[in-house]
Amino acid sequence: MLLTPALAISAVLFTLGVAGVLFRRNAIVIFMCVELMLNAVNLTFVALAQQLGVGGQVFVFFVMAVAAAEAAVGLAIILAVYRHKQSVSLQNMNLLKDG
Amino acid sequence: MILTFFWIFGVIAMGSALLCITRKNPVASALWLVVTLFALAAMFVLLDAQFIAVLQVLVYAGAIMVLFLFVIMLLNLGRPGPSDIKGPVGLLIAVVLAGAMLLQLRTVSDSPLPEAVRLPAGTLAAIQQQQGIVGSVASPLFETYLIPFEIASVLLLAAIVGAVVLAKRKL
Repeated sequence: MLLTPALAISAVLFTLGVAGVLFRRNAIVIFMCVELMLNAVNLTFVALAQQLGVGGQVFVFFVMAVAAAEAAVGLAIILAVYRHKQSVSLQNMNLLKDG
Repeated sequence: MILTFFWIFGVIAMGSALLCITRKNPVASALWLVVTLFALAAMFVLLDAQFIAVLQVLVYAGAIMVLFLFVIMLLNLGRPGPSDIKGPVGLLIAVVLAGAMLLQLRTVSDSPLPEAVRLPAGTLAAIQQQQGIVGSVASPLFETYLIPFEIASVLLLAAIVGAVVLAKRKL
């Protein structure tokens, strides 16, 4: 009975994450929006696990492991980029842009 | 009753997620994201996933968000400066694209689950009663999903080595 509201809330959270990635320029905030999207998917997994068996909860565990790995490597990349450019704004990362 | 609580936490999660993506200051964004993660943990409890809720608070709100705040403070991004939100054209494009995505997601999530794969109501609660809350997640994790579990541990090791290599100036 909680499945319908859970899927609706999860869809809204995922959309907010996508919107954040699209209209922010700060790399760290974009990273946090990616975490928001991962969490929206986790909510879907947990809600469906109630109906379809405990495998969904196991999958949330894997999503968390991947999110932790991604956060560690991603933040290290941001630190390395900051050392080169003195900025984390994606506007300044235009090495491949023509002219 | 449970449905009311679920919607209360859902509205908290959605509201703080909206604040998270619209705050100018990255520290404020990170703290609103922590509120979203806590509300999600509460929703996990209402969805019979107590162990996942504890993991959510410990791993996400505890470890990952501390890492984010640590990097924000390390780079001194909390100071006031020009906004990083794109101009009106970029904002409009983002809102239109996100709205289209929401419509698609709602269409998918409105389609009903096939009855054949659906478990009878209360099955998950019965399994948890029988095996315990942690055991009901742990036994499939170490039996059915043993190989993915080992691959996840290799992934974490790769992430640790990668983070050290990237963050260190000279090895």
